[in-house]
Amino acid sequence: MKWIGAALLAALLLLLPSFAGDFYINLASQILIAAIFALSLNLLVGYGGMTSLGHASYLGVAAYISALLTSRYGLGHGPAAIISIAGTTAMAALFGVIALRATGLGFLMITLALSQVLWGLAYRMSGVTNGDNGVAGLTRPMPFGISLDSAASFYWFALLVTTIAFLMMAIFVSSSFGSSLKGVRDQPRRMAALGFNPWMIRWITFVYAGFWGGVSGLLYVYYNKYIHPTSLSTTSSAEALLGVIAGGSGTLGGPVVGAALVLLLKNYASAYVERWNMLLGLVFLFIVLVLPAGIVPGLGKFLRRGSR
Amino acid sequence: MTPTSKYALEVIDLKKAFGGLVVTQSISLAIRPGERRLIIGPNGAGKTTLFNQVSGDMRPNSGHIKLFGTDVTQLAPYQRAHLGLSRTYQIITLFFSDTLEHNVTLGLLGLRPSRWQMWRPMSFYGDLATEARRTLDTVGLLHLAEHPVSDIAYGEKRRVELAMALAQKPRVLLLDEPLAGLSDTERSQVKSLIASIPRETTVIMIEHDMDTALDLAETVTLLNYGRVIVDGERDAVIADERTREVYLGV
Repeated sequence: MKWIGAALLAALLLLLPSFAGDFYINLASQILIAAIFALSLNLLVGYGGMTSLGHASYLGVAAYISALLTSRYGLGHGPAAIISIAGTTAMAALFGVIALRATGLGFLMITLALSQVLWGLAYRMSGVTNGDNGVAGLTRPMPFGISLDSAASFYWFALLVTTIAFLMMAIFVSSSFGSSLKGVRDQPRRMAALGFNPWMIRWITFVYAGFWGGVSGLLYVYYNKYIHPTSLSTTSSAEALLGVIAGGSGTLGGPVVGAALVLLLKNYASAYVERWNMLLGLVFLFIVLVLPAGIVPGLGKFLRRGSR
Repeated sequence: MTPTSKYALEVIDLKKAFGGLVVTQSISLAIRPGERRLIIGPNGAGKTTLFNQVSGDMRPNSGHIKLFGTDVTQLAPYQRAHLGLSRTYQIITLFFSDTLEHNVTLGLLGLRPSRWQMWRPMSFYGDLATEARRTLDTVGLLHLAEHPVSDIAYGEKRRVELAMALAQKPRVLLLDEPLAGLSDTERSQVKSLIASIPRETTVIMIEHDMDTALDLAETVTLLNYGRVIVDGERDAVIADERTREVYLGV
């Protein structure tokens, strides 16, 4: 039953461009990018118990590095992507050392502060980042000579990357290390007494989450062919956090569903309702009240109850 | 090489204060390998604070703690665990939504390099599960191995606490009120469990239930106001006038 569902979903995702128009294909690509981003944040929030309000830093910095290297310094997409991901991961390693001096609210505040610094830099260092105008006129890469300029080809590319990201993160959380991480989330003191190093476990997870945040940033800039300081803003971090919590933190499906929900409301509902943020707020309120654990765990519970 | 010592655990002139409140005035202890030591004292005597400093959850203001001759005063809790120290908690500290087997397996995983393994699940290491189930069997909970901790009774949780520590085959085991809140039946179960701990493990126990705990102990330390009041062989300590005065209240 489970396998049939998975096969149907896979077929639907693969064949989407054959029956959907460009608007929906592009929307699907954006959802995939947001899903990687939310999944990486979920490693911190859901599996690590580290609520971050600065995860946009990794998306934004990876996007900016790639944008600047390809447009201003004429680097190819291959080396630019490698430098971008390596740089973002190194930044996560450094930010992790700073933010993990605290836990809980302190951790949240430090991640928020660090991301605000980057956002401010992107705005003010206009000599480098072009400030409020953003960096425009970017191109998409051509992996193995395949152009990604059409909506469908980019979608398939994004689907491939998302599948790899999803599997890699699924393996990560179900590994021995993932068990250690969940243990540190639930009972850090006990875990330390058992011989686990809580700080190191959190830090490694922080860096890994930064890495995948960077990957989503690369896709983000490839898709938009444009980057603006707002991608580094707190709103960007908060939207992802909202998606993770609404979908169900600490689950693998939750962030994907949550990210899709936020993007659908943002892109689809905003065409009909001007104050789509209000709608998002109401939907979020509804979820928190009715399905406090999130959509995926909440619906799972309903289905199990129904099948009895 | 780790330095050798004739003591499993040495505490040397330990001091700890929270602001103006001095909880450990000066405590010195020397516990031989294999010893069964009972630590008693009225509420607020600083017993759990002493354990917290030995396990590394709290840093003392001054003084030293040595495990088998190695000074561990500056080491983190997890480093002490790798030197053979294990503990249980007065307030049950378990992974409530996970199964009993998972709980004990975490105890085993903590001392193994495979805890860093990022692409293989814990279940890949079949010997971990086998070992965990064997430990659950020794505490009489094998039949509940697949149940989440939140489903089982209080007395059973106490035994899981013990199983997690025992699975690690510690060289020094700190038991913080292992009998607290247990019924008479459970009490005698846990008592025989503690009595069956092999002699390779040094056991240091905080317990208020004197009837049960005294049978398990060879030596007793009486604490009061963060000081060692009496320290020595069990019968001598119990007979001591100061013990009667401070603790037994007769």
